[in-house]
Amino acid sequence: MTLAKRIIPCLDVDNGRVVKGVHFTEVKDAGDPVELGKKYREQGADELVFLDITASQQGRDTIASIVRKVAEVIDIPFTVGGGIKKLEDARDILLSGADKVSINTAAVKSPELISELMSIFGKQCIVVAIDAKRNYNVEKGNKTIFKDKDERKFWFEVRIYGGKEGTGLDAIKWAKEVEQRGAGEILLTSIDADGTENGYDIELTKSICKSVPVPVIASGGCGKALHMLDVFEKTDVDAALAASIFHYEKSTVDKVKKYLKRNGIKIRI
Amino acid sequence: MTKIAIFDFGAGNLFSLKSALERNGAESVDIIYDLKELTKFDGLVLPGVGNFDPAIRSIESSASYLDKAIDNCMPLLGVCLGMEILFNKSEEGRLEGLKILDGEVVMLPKGKVKIPHMGWNNLQIKGESKLLKGVKDQSWVYFVHSYKTVPKDRKLVVATSDYGVSIPAMIERDNLIGVQFHPEKSGDVGALMIKNFIGLCKKEAK
Repeated sequence: MTLAKRIIPCLDVDNGRVVKGVHFTEVKDAGDPVELGKKYREQGADELVFLDITASQQGRDTIASIVRKVAEVIDIPFTVGGGIKKLEDARDILLSGADKVSINTAAVKSPELISELMSIFGKQCIVVAIDAKRNYNVEKGNKTIFKDKDERKFWFEVRIYGGKEGTGLDAIKWAKEVEQRGAGEILLTSIDADGTENGYDIELTKSICKSVPVPVIASGGCGKALHMLDVFEKTDVDAALAASIFHYEKSTVDKVKKYLKRNGIKIRI
Repeated sequence: MTKIAIFDFGAGNLFSLKSALERNGAESVDIIYDLKELTKFDGLVLPGVGNFDPAIRSIESSASYLDKAIDNCMPLLGVCLGMEILFNKSEEGRLEGLKILDGEVVMLPKGKVKIPHMGWNNLQIKGESKLLKGVKDQSWVYFVHSYKTVPKDRKLVVATSDYGVSIPAMIERDNLIGVQFHPEKSGDVGALMIKNFIGLCKKEAK
């Protein structure tokens, strides 16, 4: 089995500019999406993810034109997500040149969208993004229960609208369901870890990877290359996504990849 | 002037492929919906997006022009699904394939490997290839597929890839070339292959 582990820089796009948030709030400007995309490709990124966090409808039209510009100059795969509510939104983005679309809130609100998209574009185009957060209220049954280091019980709850709203859905069960409905890949973000730069949520990532037969991308919490090494060594995850360590030149994609390769991870260099 | 056609199965993103051909030296790239128009071009690309049956439905009425073009040595590049439809049949669909290549297309073994096979994998180069000119053994290319081809004539397989199971990554018979991976998404290595393909088209151009 010689598939390389993928390193994926993520670019959050707001009204045409790349921004970086902490805990899904407080955003800072980090540059032009096409230029940053090009830079990461030159550094050896295996794939790119663009998440459109623009709220306005006007901004929604901007993303299609950005997707076209990116597809013109970038010769590695890229995924576009954020704000996709219906079939037509996904179609616009795919026809503009994206390789995959990622759906999140819309998948929870109308799960049949996953199978509709799959039957038209094939499952390889459909990424379901799952934002999960530890929930210590374990009274409601039928959840996959974990224990933290203080022996406190919790479960992973799926949250939507950029993490603002709980759904009562168990992330492990939800991952299985979206896979059965036709998701070709899962982009798994730990809300607890996101923005902390303290490392990926290993427990969450491990559990989801064990539960589904499709590729999983770990996201949220990466502050240094060691965190990527950690998630690749301790889980069966296929790809690691990160934003801030690349945006602010703390490290570069090639440095991170060299480090991982030196430490025995299968990496494309 | 090298004129390349991309056939549209009506199922999605052709923009990346078109841009890749333009970036790498094709002077004109046109999307076509009927193979009758093929005589105006120097090369054809069958794209890698969509599903087997709808793709066959979109192409079968004008497939006789494809046979003629192949007889006339027109360079043809089938990418992923665009290669799979050239075979007799596929487990992805019920319709018959174009039967230009003998063999069939089967699903990757469920339970044994993660499906789709999605990501960067190495090429093991097995034989002489026009598309692989200058490409090193073990080069990384980007795959995204759930099916693999099983050609009757194994000698046509010029490169394989290892995903727990051996995957015929590239098939070549004269100017007929099929790739399971996506050269348009395979960075510099893919760009080199696309340049090689455009070179072939240039050579055959009248």
